[in-house]
Amino acid sequence: MPDRERRVRPIRRGEFEIRLPREELEVLRSLPAQLREILPTEDPAVGRLFPPGYADDPEASAEYRRLVRDDLLEGHLEALRVMESTLGARRVTEDQLVAWLGAVNDLRLVLGTKLDVTEETYELGMPEDHPDAPGLALYFYLGWLEEQIVEALALGLDPAGTEGGG
Amino acid sequence: MSASTAPVQTDCPSGEDVVAPDRPWLVICWNDPINLMSYVTYVFQKLFGYSFEKATKLMLDIHHKGKAVVSSGAKEKAEFDTYRLHAHGLWATMEHPS
Repeated sequence: MPDRERRVRPIRRGEFEIRLPREELEVLRSLPAQLREILPTEDPAVGRLFPPGYADDPEASAEYRRLVRDDLLEGHLEALRVMESTLGARRVTEDQLVAWLGAVNDLRLVLGTKLDVTEETYELGMPEDHPDAPGLALYFYLGWLEEQIVEALALGLDPAGTEGGG
Repeated sequence: MSASTAPVQTDCPSGEDVVAPDRPWLVICWNDPINLMSYVTYVFQKLFGYSFEKATKLMLDIHHKGKAVVSSGAKEKAEFDTYRLHAHGLWATMEHPS
């Protein structure tokens, strides 16, 4: 288990520090390429990144998919590229950290779908003898890291919102 | 997807494309066991400019009730918002209640 020290923190407006131990960096380095490889395929877990646009209209959903699939795919790929190219950098910009958030979230979504994660998964935790123990450990680690990225980025948001008129 | 500022003369579209102002399209976000609660709240704040309070309430509605309407408006807006939610990994669908 990784130690619980904070990995992501804001330095000043628009700039963040990422401090990852070598073993975590190595794990993270291997992930973008793995996702990139299956992204354009029909892998069922990857389907989680391309949800239907309509709950009960397959025809309209197919049309929606035709319209957005390339843009969605490009967005996912771009986030992976940014994460890969800044892995190991101690300082990242806000845009780069936003890309990290997208990439880590995509990785969690696909891994969690592959592992069949349900609400109970969190209650059960990580039994040592679970056949998916390594995958679950990675899944929980990514969630822990993502939580810190969200926290750091959320500091830049106005809690009152920007909707106007409340 | 940016809005054009130039006025464009168009023929009034006929049929189902005409959206009555009292019947907006709804964008619904569904509960899923993977997305973090903090992440979902952050996405609603970032995409829609909602306050932390409103975004948190929507996130909890989704968590407890299984789904919530997170935005509404003309069809184009619903499509755009659905797309943006999908780009952020959230499970959203749009519908037009009749």
